[in-house]
Amino acid sequence: MEQKSTQDYLKAVYVLRKNGDLVSNTEIAQKLDVAPASVTEMLKKLSEEGYVKYSPYHGSTLTEKGLKEAQRIARKHRLLETFLSDVLHIGKDKVHMEACQLEHALSDEAEESLCRFLKHPDTCSDDGKTIPACDLPFSSCEECIKLHDRGLEEVGKRRENLVALSELKQGQAGKIHFIRGGHAVLQRLLDMGLTPSTRITLIKSAPFDGPIEIFVRGSKLAIGRGIASKVFVEPEAKVNS
Amino acid sequence: MGLCCPQNGKKTSPSNGKHLTFALAGNANVGKSVIFNQLTDSNQIIGNWPGKTVDRAEGNLRFEGYDITVIDLPGIYSFSTFSMEELVSRDYIALEKPDVVINVLDASVLERNLFFTLQLLEMQAPLVLCLNQVDVAKNKGIIIDKDKLEETLGVPVVFATATRGEGIYELAKEAVKVAIHKPKAKHLKYRKELEEKIEQLQQIIEKENLGLQYPARWLAIKLLEGDSEITKIIAAKSKAVVDASKVIAAELQSSCQEPCFSVIASERYALASSIAVSALQQSEIWTTLSDKLEWLTTHRVLGYFTSAGVIAGLLLWTFFVGNGLSTVISNGLSIIRPVDPALSTSQPLLAIVLNGVWGGLNAGLTLIIPFVIPFYLLLAVVETSGILTRVAFMMDSAMHKMGLHGKAIIPIILGYGCNVPAIQSCKIMETRRERLLAAFAITFAPCSARTIVLFGMVGLFVGIQWALLLYVVDVIIIFVLGRVAMKAVPGKSTGLIMEMSSFKWPSMKVVLKQTWSRTKSIIYIVFPIYIVGSVLLQVLFAYNVLTPIGNALAPLTVWWLGLPLIAGVLLILGTIRKELVVLGAVAILGTTNLLVGFTPVQLVVMALVAMLYIPCVSTVAILGKEFGWKATAVITAANIGVALLVGGLAFRLLTLFA
Repeated sequence: MEQKSTQDYLKAVYVLRKNGDLVSNTEIAQKLDVAPASVTEMLKKLSEEGYVKYSPYHGSTLTEKGLKEAQRIARKHRLLETFLSDVLHIGKDKVHMEACQLEHALSDEAEESLCRFLKHPDTCSDDGKTIPACDLPFSSCEECIKLHDRGLEEVGKRRENLVALSELKQGQAGKIHFIRGGHAVLQRLLDMGLTPSTRITLIKSAPFDGPIEIFVRGSKLAIGRGIASKVFVEPEAKVNS
Repeated sequence: MGLCCPQNGKKTSPSNGKHLTFALAGNANVGKSVIFNQLTDSNQIIGNWPGKTVDRAEGNLRFEGYDITVIDLPGIYSFSTFSMEELVSRDYIALEKPDVVINVLDASVLERNLFFTLQLLEMQAPLVLCLNQVDVAKNKGIIIDKDKLEETLGVPVVFATATRGEGIYELAKEAVKVAIHKPKAKHLKYRKELEEKIEQLQQIIEKENLGLQYPARWLAIKLLEGDSEITKIIAAKSKAVVDASKVIAAELQSSCQEPCFSVIASERYALASSIAVSALQQSEIWTTLSDKLEWLTTHRVLGYFTSAGVIAGLLLWTFFVGNGLSTVISNGLSIIRPVDPALSTSQPLLAIVLNGVWGGLNAGLTLIIPFVIPFYLLLAVVETSGILTRVAFMMDSAMHKMGLHGKAIIPIILGYGCNVPAIQSCKIMETRRERLLAAFAITFAPCSARTIVLFGMVGLFVGIQWALLLYVVDVIIIFVLGRVAMKAVPGKSTGLIMEMSSFKWPSMKVVLKQTWSRTKSIIYIVFPIYIVGSVLLQVLFAYNVLTPIGNALAPLTVWWLGLPLIAGVLLILGTIRKELVVLGAVAILGTTNLLVGFTPVQLVVMALVAMLYIPCVSTVAILGKEFGWKATAVITAANIGVALLVGGLAFRLLTLFA
């Protein structure tokens, strides 16, 4: 059994977590194909380093720090998968393994270039999962295109930890920081009041990947899942249900 | 009913020969159409879904001696060029310059509505604000300070509850006042950073003297937003202005770290929000009955039941109520004089014609009235209540399987009544591809004419359960073909963004008015067609012209579909209106008992084919108008192909079991 890195563990917890439930050690062991004993050991280590909150016999969740790191890796992984399958036409069976290898070596700069090259994809073309937002301090991809030659150092980084609007829990609120997509989508969302820094509360999500209902600016809006996964918010910790 | 207030005496006052134009503008779903009806007495259709009033509706009003033309603009959220509706509205306001723009707002969602008001102010339109549904807002705990709002915006504000006619008189009075005195609107300023850039560009525009109808400040804002239409118009006049705007936009963009149009939208919303907050005297959101309904209609399990209930309930209601009423009316009419379909050339032509007229009238009364009125009545209730928005919410993921999003369910439900207005209402969809896909699905939707065929051929002579089974088959066909069409028409689907406006208790008056206006338009079209069609048929039949047509189509009808020879003639008649299939069968067979000419299997196949085979002439005409003749030809061919395929299969399958 090969050695799994910190990043692999964080990614596993990130992928397995659903609606804020704890992820069990068994699930992680299965996902990474490692012995349960080494999972326990690794989680303890990650917990000490502040990446996960681990309670023995119950399971683990990601901390803010852990989520940030996991999203960074998941983003690289999913961008790579999209590149490998859409551009290089590598077979579906090999894409995942290739991406797992490459994700650790991909620099941040190459990652942003890849994102621009792929025209800011929403979802991974291998498994259809949402590609997390980048950590550049832009509020939309339009700016990224216009300002991309300024260099990463000058542009700086985003401090907040963002999740897609569709990933909020019922009753949870968040502040809009970033909207992915072209001019048309952006304009439509802005017109409906989803401007940067606006506070949004998720009222409910319809089953079967249906739309979500949100409360924004004193009124309720229904937003399709596809568009909701383009809007990235900084979630508030408190959940009112 | 018009201006219902006691002061209404002035309404009939003699004209002073002066003419004014009012334009109604505002977000979708704020009750603009109700106000339009109250002002003009016209029978415009009122709905409760986003973007209902797509066409430009016009009406007239005589008030205080003025002859006033009232124009109802489409319900929109912004003047960006996202849709045709936005473009039409902004060109109307900027270029045709109505004397007054009445901005209708939903009092309970002030902030979102003020976003649009600010854009009207940018255009320097002469404004009157009408805060509608103040009663609903009050029930939610929202009370607005009218004086404060007037003072901040610098325009007159009128409170109204349009469904009860309250505030309409005051609105007309204020609007006339604004039209005569043309008060100068206040100049609302944005954040300094943005305001400076706007003024800088505005000065450049004013210096260049472009000779455009639009106000300079508005042009400056639109240039900064990167509006493609306005940029094109200005580039044709002065390249320098466009270049200058690009430089200024770039400055603004780099200082805000946001694209310019986003900076401007954010700024408008920030201003709208601060105005709304300052004008709210009290704002507590109370749990109301509407919230409980909300819970039920969008619940993750129960929501599907309510949606299915609405979708199937409307059909079943039409079918069973129509069935009952039809029997009663037909019994009543037969007391007066039974139709005698048995005719021959031995009778004088006049007798044949008279019999035809009576038969057509009879068919209209027993077929159209009982089915159409109950449907439109219930539809009006469902529409104005706001429940369709919830159905659209629940059906979104299912509609995505057909390349559409949730809102498309609304035109399809409307198609139960008549496909023609349903196809027109596809304009609520965002792209041409989506409108086309929705229209294609609608051509298979069981409209009242199809319901009549199912009822008159299958329900009466084979069994109600068979008629209901055909509905189910129809729904399955719509879904399967929707998926095929999605794959065949290239393009991506846009997602759903829809305001979930609160539930409303339907007003009886509005419901009745809407039912009548829809029924009326059908009656005006249908009765003449029925009467003329019936006469023509009787004459043609009496002089034996029909047999060759039937013979020519025999390979298809008799061999492939297993139908009797007369089916060819009936199917040709059905292209005019589908009910003529039943009507024709009665006339040709010479009896109302269709079992004389058809076996039960043949009736089922006949109804199935009639349901699917071709959109009627009016539907083809509206398809051609909306989508061009190529798309229409493809849709029609698809309809015929599917009907023949399904009909042929059904015939073979049913004979196997019969």
